[in-house]
Amino acid sequence: MTGIKVSEFPIKDSDLNELANELAGSKKNLKVGETGQVKGKYGKYGGQYVPEVLMPALKELEEGYEQYKNDPEFLAELDHYLREFAGRKTPLYFARNLSKKYGSKIYLKREDLVHGGAHKLNNAIGQALLAKYMGKTRLIAETGAGQHGTATAMAGANLGFETVVYMGAKDVKRQQMNAYRMELMGTEVKPVETGSKTLKDAINEAFRDWVTNIENTHYLIGSVVGPHPYPVMVRDFQSVIGREVKEQILQKEGRMPDSIIACAGGGSNAMGIFHPFVEDTEVKLIAVEAGGKALKCTQKAALHSACLCAGEEGILHGARTKVLQDKNGQILESESISAGLDYSGVGPELAYLSESGRVTARYATDNEALEAFHELSRLEGIIPALESSHALAYLKKASEAGELGEVVVVNLSGRGDKDLETVLSLRGGV
Amino acid sequence: MERQKISEKFSELRERKEGALICYIMAGDPSAEGTCTVVKALVDGGADIIELGFPFSDPVADGPTIQVAGQRALAAGLDTQRYFELVKALKVRIPLVCMTYYNPVFRYGVEKFVEQAADSGISGLIVPDIPVEEAADLKNSCDKHEVDLIFLVAPTTTEERVRKILERGSGFLYLVSRLGVTGTREDVSSSTRELLSRIETRLPKAVGFGISTGKQAAEVRETGADAVIVGSAFVRIIEEGKDVSERLEALARELKSGMARAS
Repeated sequence: MTGIKVSEFPIKDSDLNELANELAGSKKNLKVGETGQVKGKYGKYGGQYVPEVLMPALKELEEGYEQYKNDPEFLAELDHYLREFAGRKTPLYFARNLSKKYGSKIYLKREDLVHGGAHKLNNAIGQALLAKYMGKTRLIAETGAGQHGTATAMAGANLGFETVVYMGAKDVKRQQMNAYRMELMGTEVKPVETGSKTLKDAINEAFRDWVTNIENTHYLIGSVVGPHPYPVMVRDFQSVIGREVKEQILQKEGRMPDSIIACAGGGSNAMGIFHPFVEDTEVKLIAVEAGGKALKCTQKAALHSACLCAGEEGILHGARTKVLQDKNGQILESESISAGLDYSGVGPELAYLSESGRVTARYATDNEALEAFHELSRLEGIIPALESSHALAYLKKASEAGELGEVVVVNLSGRGDKDLETVLSLRGGV
Repeated sequence: MERQKISEKFSELRERKEGALICYIMAGDPSAEGTCTVVKALVDGGADIIELGFPFSDPVADGPTIQVAGQRALAAGLDTQRYFELVKALKVRIPLVCMTYYNPVFRYGVEKFVEQAADSGISGLIVPDIPVEEAADLKNSCDKHEVDLIFLVAPTTTEERVRKILERGSGFLYLVSRLGVTGTREDVSSSTRELLSRIETRLPKAVGFGISTGKQAAEVRETGADAVIVGSAFVRIIEEGKDVSERLEALARELKSGMARAS
């Protein structure tokens, strides 16, 4: 028990009880990583809740993925793209000034240095290559702020696909530059005018496109969400992050980290860095969600995007998971300062790992994330994405509670250049 | 009012050598009172079964017409409780089928949802985003409360899956006439013909997605369907809001006349 650092805050007796349960839970679930072998299920979460017309397409994808995921030729080609196109391996950077401030050894996994400025390309290039092997000629994707759309556009252009990205009409307006970036790379950006005109509606529309064009089209989902096999496939493509971290931290520290911190919206960067450590139970895994303005809901919308912390069990976009919903099962709109975390659902495996106690779910509010955004910029000369700033915000909270642990890895999932306008507008312009 | 079961309706029609007209509308669009008027017009026009949609915020299987209808119903305040009250209050003898997505059923409680559906006079349930593999709980509750669980079959559905679906489905089989979402189309595709001919079942076969005219209905009937399902064409009339009852009744009559002949 002593091997595990406690990173609760503020610490209370009830928290200690919770921790005890948590530890018992994590022991009980030592083989947690294997539950994925029950086809597409993580405990009660996961599955395939999709219209009948999609079932054969999912089966085809599942078979395609099974066929190529261990295929030497496929893996060699993927490795080539990850190195030469995406710019891997990314550094595990020792953040000297940040470490000094918080009194722990803090390492940043520099996914912000991946081509495109975020971890998203790891998955996009993997799926695009798979689609190519499967004989598809057209890629479709959803995007919120445009990070995943951009990654898909890059992969699509490079591998010669016709590429269409669905983006909520509201987001297209908010993210003109990202929409233009995709268009530069030959991608058609289709604004989605239905529903709340944001990410979840873009996903709905991408599914509608897919049911209409399944013969030649691959739907390139950007996170560990959706029906099986997406959660497992996206996790596997993103796991390159965690594999590199393991190797790098052993080189630098000669030991495992005490904790790994990642932000979680859908959860792809979190699952990517966590997955290779799930069975190393001495490493505490912490997913930091977007607390938005507060962990509260109005009648029609949530003021946050924290599905693990405050969501309920439901079915969204093909999977049983934790979702934000009202008592009639209508999905609530989510809110966050960071578009990449602004989603009403979360990956089913993350919901499972959080419920079983292996992953600790926490949240940071918009303001806390903003503070961390400025802090890293000033202390380390690295401008983090607002998404990643949520993970960084946890450092302060945990350190104040005296529970940070000796060696800490934070997944710096993206760079903040895309967020400058947002941050500037909050300061009333400069 | 005592309502017919779906199987009773189909045996009645079979004796008369008629095909069935199944009309879809969104409950509560544009209001609960409006739905009563709409249902009456459809029954007057010859509807044999009515599908009453219960709206969901994220309807992946629906085209724009029905998506927007769902948003109108939600905006007008339709929730699960009001939906069942509305169903109960409808003065119709023909079978009523509830069509919704799985999350509203799941969140409300599968058993509770099906029980209240049965109590309010629902004869069948269609949940387009629950494949047969995930439907065990729903099937148990439906069996317990004698509600038919109606599954969809698509042109892409394999023989193996068709067998599984036929084992568990009842009421009728909902054949999706083509790939895509709900909404009107110009022609009846050859995939409909192929689908109708390859599936052997005692369940009545109902063809939906894309049908909006009497001519299409007649074509579908001739290729061997027992029923047509028409939704978006009705929902659009409701959306336009002009002479709604007259136009709904006229369209229902046109479609039913296409179905009235023997196949």
